[in-house]
Amino acid sequence: MAEASLLLCRRLTRRFGGIAALTDLDLEVASGAIHSIIGPNGAGKTTVFNCITQNLSPTSGEVWFRSDRIDGLTPDRVAAAGISRTYQNIRLFRNITAIENLLVGMHLHVHSHWWGAVLGTPHTKREEARAHAEALKLLHFIDLAGRGDLLARNLAYGEQRRLEIGRALATRPKLLLLDEPTAGMNPHETSRMMAFIQRVRAEFDITILLIEHQMRVVMGMSDRVTVLDHGAKIAEGTPPEVQGDPAVIEAYLGVKSAAPTAARDHAASLLGAAASER
Amino acid sequence: MKTLTKAATTGLLFGVGGVYLALVGLLEMMQARPIVFGAVNLGQAVLALLALACGAVAARDAGPAFARAGAGLLGGLLAGALMALLQVIVATVPLQGMFIAASPALRNMLAFGFAPGPGALAMLLGGGIGGLAGAVLAVSVPSLRRAIVAGAAAVVIAGVFQELIQLMIQYEGIIGWIRDFVYTWQGLRPQGAVAIFVIAGGTSLVLSHRSSAGHVPSPDQRRRRRFISAGVALLVLVLMPLLAGAYIGEVLMLVGLYILMGMGLNLEVGLAGLLDLGFVAFFAVGAYTTALLMSGSSIGLLHLSYWEAMPIAVLVSILGGVLFGLPVLGVRGDYLAVATLGLGEIVRIVVLSDFAAPLLGGPQGVLDIPKPSIGSFELGSPVKLFYLTLVCAGVAAFIAWRLENSRLGRAWEALRDDEDVAQALGVNLIRSKLLAYGLGAAFAGLGGSIFATMLGSVYPSSFQLLISINVLALIIVGGMGSLPGVVLGAIALIGLPELLREFGEYRYLFYGAALIVMMRWKPEGLWPSEVRSRELHAAAGEAEPVAAMEPG
Ligand SMILES: Nc1ncnc2c1ncn2[C@@H]1O[C@H](COP(=O)(O)OP(=O)(O)O)[C@@H](O)[C@H]1O
Ligand SMILES: [Mg+2]
Repeated sequence: MAEASLLLCRRLTRRFGGIAALTDLDLEVASGAIHSIIGPNGAGKTTVFNCITQNLSPTSGEVWFRSDRIDGLTPDRVAAAGISRTYQNIRLFRNITAIENLLVGMHLHVHSHWWGAVLGTPHTKREEARAHAEALKLLHFIDLAGRGDLLARNLAYGEQRRLEIGRALATRPKLLLLDEPTAGMNPHETSRMMAFIQRVRAEFDITILLIEHQMRVVMGMSDRVTVLDHGAKIAEGTPPEVQGDPAVIEAYLGVKSAAPTAARDHAASLLGAAASER
Repeated sequence: MKTLTKAATTGLLFGVGGVYLALVGLLEMMQARPIVFGAVNLGQAVLALLALACGAVAARDAGPAFARAGAGLLGGLLAGALMALLQVIVATVPLQGMFIAASPALRNMLAFGFAPGPGALAMLLGGGIGGLAGAVLAVSVPSLRRAIVAGAAAVVIAGVFQELIQLMIQYEGIIGWIRDFVYTWQGLRPQGAVAIFVIAGGTSLVLSHRSSAGHVPSPDQRRRRRFISAGVALLVLVLMPLLAGAYIGEVLMLVGLYILMGMGLNLEVGLAGLLDLGFVAFFAVGAYTTALLMSGSSIGLLHLSYWEAMPIAVLVSILGGVLFGLPVLGVRGDYLAVATLGLGEIVRIVVLSDFAAPLLGGPQGVLDIPKPSIGSFELGSPVKLFYLTLVCAGVAAFIAWRLENSRLGRAWEALRDDEDVAQALGVNLIRSKLLAYGLGAAFAGLGGSIFATMLGSVYPSSFQLLISINVLALIIVGGMGSLPGVVLGAIALIGLPELLREFGEYRYLFYGAALIVMMRWKPEGLWPSEVRSRELHAAAGEAEPVAAMEPG
């Protein structure tokens, strides 16, 4: 991975009142990579996403995307720059249909004005037809063909997860941020979701920054892993490098390094098992 | 046990409702509206309806048939007992100092003309029988139940609106003969009531028999049927003033104005989810702009014709909407309601102020606004203006419908569901929200413009908060985000109370009740907005089998 970095966070900090959710985080995401952020609950993972997409403005620090500084932009400008995300608790537009969710995702790439729609100009009709065709393709890709006219709230859980990813893809991002896409799934569903994410990268040729709570899930497919704890980076590297790091084991088990060896062995086997699972 | 408690509480609730209706004076007033002349009046019908509904509600989910009947009976008896108690109290205690409606006439009505003792017994019995009947009706065959309800509803409509209907059928020959069979000059004849009941009930029976004998109608057929009935309703709307004369014309004119405003507010509230209690401000801007541009009085600015003034008024309203939207861009939810409420009031107070008086006429308003004319044909009467309103409402509906299905409409719907996510997907919040306020204001401004020329004068006192509330209420009752819902809501909340004029003072009681009932039983409104089918829209026919490859 000698490619140039796509995203660069420098000394990113975010405080909520007195609590520092994120402290001086440096993060570099290489172009084309699947880069995972792992860490226990409350480590500040989601806050990293919020600070990148500018849903929250960082207290201090910089965010660079390609060669532009994006902190301080509004979220819609960040989306236009090429970053799109999903949410830990699915946030679809529940009261419109699945395909309409995708069409909203295409908002940036449908070029029509409201008066064109009122007058029914040929240009507007062409744009609508094109968007519609693209939405159908996307619907097929996320395995929801035939389910597009259902209200988003009526879809099954896994379908909602995929639709949310599809909606993010509809903005044609260069960087896709996925916040715990396997939350609430059993091991079988989880491995399918991971296969799906790899398919997304291959098909759309994009970079993926992935948050995961269970670290074993991402070990098999990540190019690089960043481990957060208490809002700070405690380890970073390739999966094998991170797996062996004592600080990581400690953070995950919540024990001091003087912990009984049995617990360490358990943690190590947990990580090792994940590696062999691929 | 649970059934028993539920039946009892239902009975008590309905009883309290009845007592309330009696004490505010509504029942007595309804008594003055005959349904079948000399036999049944509206007050009695409402009492009967209360008992029936009480029985039906009490019997719901009560299990086996006899338990349901028992529950209905108990509920009806309890409700009747409360009403009987009221009657006895009115008879013995001088209540009129507190409740002006607690008159001997009311007591007489509640006792069915008997002395207090036998009257109380009669009310108790009546309640019990009504409750039982309601319970039986609730468990009876649906088609039969529908037929009875349809028949009764037809009789009530024919009776309550007899004056209007008779006015419409002033012809000789066969129509005259039918009229004389059904009506006397004072109201519905008993034979007419029976005939109407049989015809309406029979039609309902035949229709439900036909639909159950054949196949279940597909969504497409149902849609077509719905639109055919909507078309028929529209035709009736168009022909109505011609048949029924000026009074109906005025009522319809008002309904049309509210439809126009409803279409506008529907863009804001129904689609974009921006709660707006200051909507009347745009109506006022449209009216005042038209007035100032057209008025022949000394504060009139340009003495334009209506067709020149109207587009300018609409443009100024759009500008007003955008200016109105700017300060509340970052305000959400409940706070938005309060902020817009304040903004709406500010507009009215500015118009009233001494500061603006030289320009806007202060409390005296702007007078001497001419009527619109096409060539030498002047749209002078409310009926003619109604047609103008109808055309404008049609255009507005078309625009709203096109917007709904556009990129902007989708962005609005996204905004309504989750503002942050919409923004994260690239929707420009400022632009979308200001467009919602601006376009919504355009419709209200158009309404205001017609309003100004209709009255020939505008005063600040015409632009009360109540107008905003009316428009919001009609959208809620009709169905958020639904265009046909706006029309239905306007007819139900604006037209109906206007036709039942003598109950004017109870108008807001009716609103409150209607809103509560809607929220409780049909929160999506009378005609909910439809789910658009877009996936299979283009590829109709090639119905893809559902690839149900769902993990979990
Ligand atoms: N909007 C917020 N307001 C206040 N505190 C917050 C907010 N968002 C996150 N936090 C706090 O920041 C910390 C990190 O949260 P988060 O980034 O959601 O963790 P993770 O996604 O790793 O589980 C937590 O202590 C959380 O309580
Ligand atoms: Mg999180």
